[in-house]
Amino acid sequence: MATVTNSPALRRKAVRTRLRTLGFLSPWLVGFTVFFGYPLVATVYFSFMHYNQIETPTFVGLRNWRYVFEQMPLFGPALWNTLWLVVVMVALRVVFGLGIGLLVTKVKSGVGFFRTAFYLPYLAPPVAATVAFVFLLNPGTGPVNDILGTIGISAPNWFNDPTWAKPSLVLLSLWGIGDLMVIFMAALLDVPKDQYEAADLDGAGAFHKFRYVTWPSITPIVMFAVVTGVVQTMQYYTQALVAGKLASGVSIGPGSVIQPGYPDHSTLTVPQLVYSLGFQNFNTGAACVLSLVLFAIAMAVTTLLMRRRAGLLSAED
Amino acid sequence: MTATTTLTAPSAPVRPRTRRSPAPAARRRAALHWIAVHTVAVATALFFLLPFVFVFLTAVMSDSQAMSGALWPTEWHWSNYAEVFRTPGFLDWWRNSLMYAVLGTLFTLCSSIPVAYALAKFRFRGRRTAMILVISTMMLPPQVIVVPMYLVWAQQFHLSGSLWPLIIPMAFGDAYSIFLLRQFLLTIPREYLESARVDGCGEFRTLLRIIVPMAKPGIAAVALFQFFYCWNDYFGPQIYAAQNPGAWTLSYGLESFKSAHSVNWNLTMAATLLVMAPVIIVFFFAQKAFVEGVTLTGVKG
Repeated sequence: MATVTNSPALRRKAVRTRLRTLGFLSPWLVGFTVFFGYPLVATVYFSFMHYNQIETPTFVGLRNWRYVFEQMPLFGPALWNTLWLVVVMVALRVVFGLGIGLLVTKVKSGVGFFRTAFYLPYLAPPVAATVAFVFLLNPGTGPVNDILGTIGISAPNWFNDPTWAKPSLVLLSLWGIGDLMVIFMAALLDVPKDQYEAADLDGAGAFHKFRYVTWPSITPIVMFAVVTGVVQTMQYYTQALVAGKLASGVSIGPGSVIQPGYPDHSTLTVPQLVYSLGFQNFNTGAACVLSLVLFAIAMAVTTLLMRRRAGLLSAED
Repeated sequence: MTATTTLTAPSAPVRPRTRRSPAPAARRRAALHWIAVHTVAVATALFFLLPFVFVFLTAVMSDSQAMSGALWPTEWHWSNYAEVFRTPGFLDWWRNSLMYAVLGTLFTLCSSIPVAYALAKFRFRGRRTAMILVISTMMLPPQVIVVPMYLVWAQQFHLSGSLWPLIIPMAFGDAYSIFLLRQFLLTIPREYLESARVDGCGEFRTLLRIIVPMAKPGIAAVALFQFFYCWNDYFGPQIYAAQNPGAWTLSYGLESFKSAHSVNWNLTMAATLLVMAPVIIVFFFAQKAFVEGVTLTGVKG
């Protein structure tokens, strides 16, 4: 704004403008430094330290890093589970969300009812939704297996079976599809109507209309859904933890140490491992190493997808 | 599985024929299309609503029936809800959840609105960098910085065992709220600000008198998101409040409720519904406020 100012009055005004900007930004400047910058630097620092949160930290070089990558038995499963969820959960959520969005835009009567019905589960607090699903899917008295049994389907043990625990979590995430439904619905309603009419005149079928009219127009929103989905799933914590704890039936109180990821570490995610190392084993160094691994993956994925998205956008223009 | 059926079924019957069809045939086709779409919609809606129905029905069953796997309650025990409220601590969890959500939302709004305003309307060097930093903060998993943050709150401020380590940072701007508010403020035309400036309004007064009233729908949306975020938060209370049951929130307490009543699915389901209820009620009220807000302000007019 104020580039070359000679008169003192103008310069004073420039200083005032800068101070005003700083004033408005100050809450965030403080917050960013104290609650983001500092802990990030401290995480790097602690990753090279041995620190049990009581004695003073001692420098141990790369020992924590070597421990996490070479010796820690749970690192492999946790990384695998997180990546599995990132791929499967995000893909299915985007496809399902798009499907529900399409369905709602096609419905003629009772639009309000259907929209509310599909949105409502998204509002359920994650812990409450997970408790509800653990009940619904519990093999002993759950209504789902009850009904499946009556119609002659031998149902899986869902949250109690290592191969079904993650798919059960995916099911839970599909129930809460409301957020994606809303953004896809808005995107679908934004597709220019005359393009559909033109396609009709050309005798295009439903598939062709979706492929050549709908899809190009909604690609940016799909990419947005993928990026935010990946970022959210990298942090996947609450549902996996609560489902594992409740399904295991272990009574847990504050401070009690249980093996996370029941059954068979199949629901153990990287964030759970960070918690378990840092707050149950008080192995600060290893927890910080894992934090940084999570940070690196999150940043890599975000930059990669952002670049892909930018590329797609410019290709369309 | 459901995804593929919803994807194809509604659009399948609309394939146009090569020749113009007579009116009755077209009408029959439209009717078939209507039936197909609505059948799929009703079936899918059932999948979304049945979990609520089962939870509700189980919540009013007797203890013994809740263990039996029955679907319909033989007797309706509404007193289960009263019993949940009588559980030691349950009312404290309510109070704590409300405190966290209300104070957290207020702090977030007070600190984030000026920042978002500056990022949207001021021209200054480093604005782009600031936006990139806000977005990266948004993308960062909270677990990345939690260990050192906890150590600061516990060792320097001795605030572990309370919700303050979660509430206080919200007085220093929340990246997601800043981002959303900025996007909303960008839609307010500059002329409004300039006319305020001509009238001799200072920047802060412009913000309070002109911007905040115009941005009400955006602010309401951000407030709602933040309220829900606090109400639903499990990770935060687990880190900072776990040691002190007196500071637990509903989201955190619900899980221990199940552990304490390990066989009483009926009570657990009643508690689950009580945790869901406020969020759903707030949503239904705020939904109306949104619509009103959007039509009332000059932004969209």
